[in-house]
Amino acid sequence: MNVFKDAGHLFRLAAVFVAGLLIFLVIRGFLVPKSFGQFGHYRADAVTEIAARPIKFAGHESCEGCHADVLAKKKNGKHAGVNCEACHGPQAQHVDDPTSVKPDKLDTTVLCARCHEANAAKPRNFPQVDTEEHSTGLPCDTCHQPHSPVIVAGGAK
Amino acid sequence: MNITRRHLLLLLPAASVAWKYVLAGTPEAAPNYKLSEHWWGMLIDLPKCIGCGNCVRACQAENDVPDGYFRTWVERYHVSDYDIENPQVDSPEGGKKGFPPAKDGKGKNFFVPKMCNHCAESPCTQVCPVGATFVSQDGVVLVDPKYCLGCRYCVQACPYGCRFINPRTNTAEKCTLCYHRITKGLTTACCENCPTGARQLADLRNPADPIHEFLKTHSVHVLKPSMATRAKVYYNELDGSVR
Repeated sequence: MNVFKDAGHLFRLAAVFVAGLLIFLVIRGFLVPKSFGQFGHYRADAVTEIAARPIKFAGHESCEGCHADVLAKKKNGKHAGVNCEACHGPQAQHVDDPTSVKPDKLDTTVLCARCHEANAAKPRNFPQVDTEEHSTGLPCDTCHQPHSPVIVAGGAK
Repeated sequence: MNITRRHLLLLLPAASVAWKYVLAGTPEAAPNYKLSEHWWGMLIDLPKCIGCGNCVRACQAENDVPDGYFRTWVERYHVSDYDIENPQVDSPEGGKKGFPPAKDGKGKNFFVPKMCNHCAESPCTQVCPVGATFVSQDGVVLVDPKYCLGCRYCVQACPYGCRFINPRTNTAEKCTLCYHRITKGLTTACCENCPTGARQLADLRNPADPIHEFLKTHSVHVLKPSMATRAKVYYNELDGSVR
């Protein structure tokens, strides 16, 4: 074995490299999450974690299960396509616990104006009013029934 | 017993193995949801948008977005008759509280809701140095908050300005297309709360989705097609002045 006679220092160097590589692989094995690279260059578990975040808006199907009367009122009116939480706000907690969590009462002076306050950038065919001039600060539901916004004789309340 | 350095060195591997099992617990995935069966996008029907800001408020409530930051926002364009190249755009508080009356009723005025375009070839995911952001198998661009370093590469890479650094977590944040809702069969918070139906969630891999008929029969554009990002937010009747 004359070839390797003076090669001891090379073997030692190689051993250092191999040891270094092993240490690297062991550390990498611990630091890189198991699901990393399952679907691509990212942690696959992140997808399930993001999907597991809690919801705040229950969705109109949840509302309609209990509030069939409101659904019936809305169905043929102009607001048929406006989902419940668009005005009433996020109600997932109310759906989970309908008795103790109640939705807030709404202020129609603010709420209706969000959509129906006149603005030149709104589509022409969208019903809009200058609320100052139209109602002089009266709440909209004095005359209009919000769930089916026709004018009700003698007031909507 | 005295714990020597030798003992500690022997204990370390054992402790790290144990810790790995502690970290292994992952939340339950949505049942009956197959990633490969969906390819999500969105349709924004501009002639229906009334600039009420419901989408912006809904998004902030649903996703706990910090004040002053937006995952979606609404812009108002004013294009004068002779200067199509230079539209005036405003978006006070992202349109969250609606818009003041237009200064100039002449010319063209319209609203454009903006959000992440969930590009199939997204520039933001390509620049991430650590694999913290990615296009999921069902076509949603997501950020892994546990992996994000907050280096801001993606924020500057997005041609649509849709990303920001959350000041509370110091990680990149963006629209997830309400991933926690759509995987449960619900629609996004912005679509749920759009009173005119201007926003519609679209599953491009579902042959029964009305999006296919809509795309065939309408004049639909994406933003900045020249960037070749393969954006999946489709705008109906998008004006040429929109940037």
